[in-house]
Amino acid sequence: MNKDKNPQTPKTSKPQNHTTEWPLWEVFIRSKNGLEHRHVGSLHAADADMAIENARDVYTRRQEGVSIWVVESRNITASNPENSGELFEPAKDKIYRHPTFYELPIELKHI
Amino acid sequence: MSPEIKLEDAFQARIDDEQKIEPKDWMPEKYRKTHIRQISQHAHSEIVGMLPEGNWITRAPSLKRKLGLLAKVQDEAGHGLYLYSAAETLGISRDELFDQLHTGKAKYSSIFNYPTLSWADIGAIGWLVDGAAIINQVMLTRTSYGPYARAMVRICKEESFHQRQGYEIMLTLCQGMPEQKAMAQDALNRFWWPSLMMFGPRDSDSPNTEQSVKWKIKRKTNDELRQQFVDITVPQAEYLGITIPDPDLKWNEDRGHYDFGEIDWEEFWQVVKGNGPCNKERLKARVDAWEEGAWVREAAVAYSTKIKNNEVKRTA
Ligand SMILES: [Fe+2]
Ligand SMILES: [Fe+2]
Repeated sequence: MNKDKNPQTPKTSKPQNHTTEWPLWEVFIRSKNGLEHRHVGSLHAADADMAIENARDVYTRRQEGVSIWVVESRNITASNPENSGELFEPAKDKIYRHPTFYELPIELKHI
Repeated sequence: MSPEIKLEDAFQARIDDEQKIEPKDWMPEKYRKTHIRQISQHAHSEIVGMLPEGNWITRAPSLKRKLGLLAKVQDEAGHGLYLYSAAETLGISRDELFDQLHTGKAKYSSIFNYPTLSWADIGAIGWLVDGAAIINQVMLTRTSYGPYARAMVRICKEESFHQRQGYEIMLTLCQGMPEQKAMAQDALNRFWWPSLMMFGPRDSDSPNTEQSVKWKIKRKTNDELRQQFVDITVPQAEYLGITIPDPDLKWNEDRGHYDFGEIDWEEFWQVVKGNGPCNKERLKARVDAWEEGAWVREAAVAYSTKIKNNEVKRTA
């Protein structure tokens, strides 16, 4: 076999060369029917089919799943933690969205 | 106060409040760097750790042992992958991580620089090396960085099988012929001290510990974890009927712990520096695997590009 033993060989070992790095995928697994898919982690794969196969091997070696979703990480849009205040704080003082805000007599049943 | 210091205070307050830090949250640069170093070292250890055990897959003494060992080694590959993904959430690429391993810039656990000379070594590794790893990893399930903690939970669920299959190998040997028991003793003799070294330098020689504890990366010091390991493991060795190779090992009633002898720190640092029995062999095996697999990675990309282009043409 034609081997180049120099670990500095630019072809594969240079960090600058990311063109051959397989894209990153996020993996979601449904542990059993009736439950939602949950994010379990990520992995690299050349395409979606390979991502599913790799997810099977990496995340379901002990029957942890009955269904797998994979999505390329770059396709996910995430909220920015810096905006958490404006995004989530308005819900904080809306106590009238909770049942306990409404006072009813104790004698009343099933409500 | 500079804005940077305010951010650091707020960050420390979140840690003190037991909140987890997630990838997109602000974090001090040193917290990020420390995590990249620690998580990637951990990932490399899982990956390099496959080599000494892989050495025995084709020579396992029975089909049952072969299946167990194959499954364990496959788990270790999985552990490496969980951890590489966790490291990548901090903004370093997989290729960079591999490059750091292959050029010797990144370290991995020194224990894997010792050879596996007999089948009993596979038993000793599962029992002692995975046993030591479990103690460290159970602590890390509560580490402050979310992706690292989650990877640890997943890993810990799988580790118990590793240790039990190792101990069962030891037990079988110890209940066998005198020659088999001698093999088990020999493996313990060779793996005991390197296992204690897995917890790292003494606290007094470990300058990073204080910061790691403050950031709740670690919740126990090296010496505390090492003591915990010794206390748990001594009765297990007694049950096997083999002797831990340490004349200073004895129960200390006052402390409620075992006292044990001094580690050969000269050996520890030599192996860390790359002069262990198998450092060169291990690294070469990794670099060869990476380079010889290049054509597979490239072919897979070429294939997926071709499929994508065909789809574009068809829908155009
Ligand atoms: Fe592992
Ligand atoms: Fe393990």
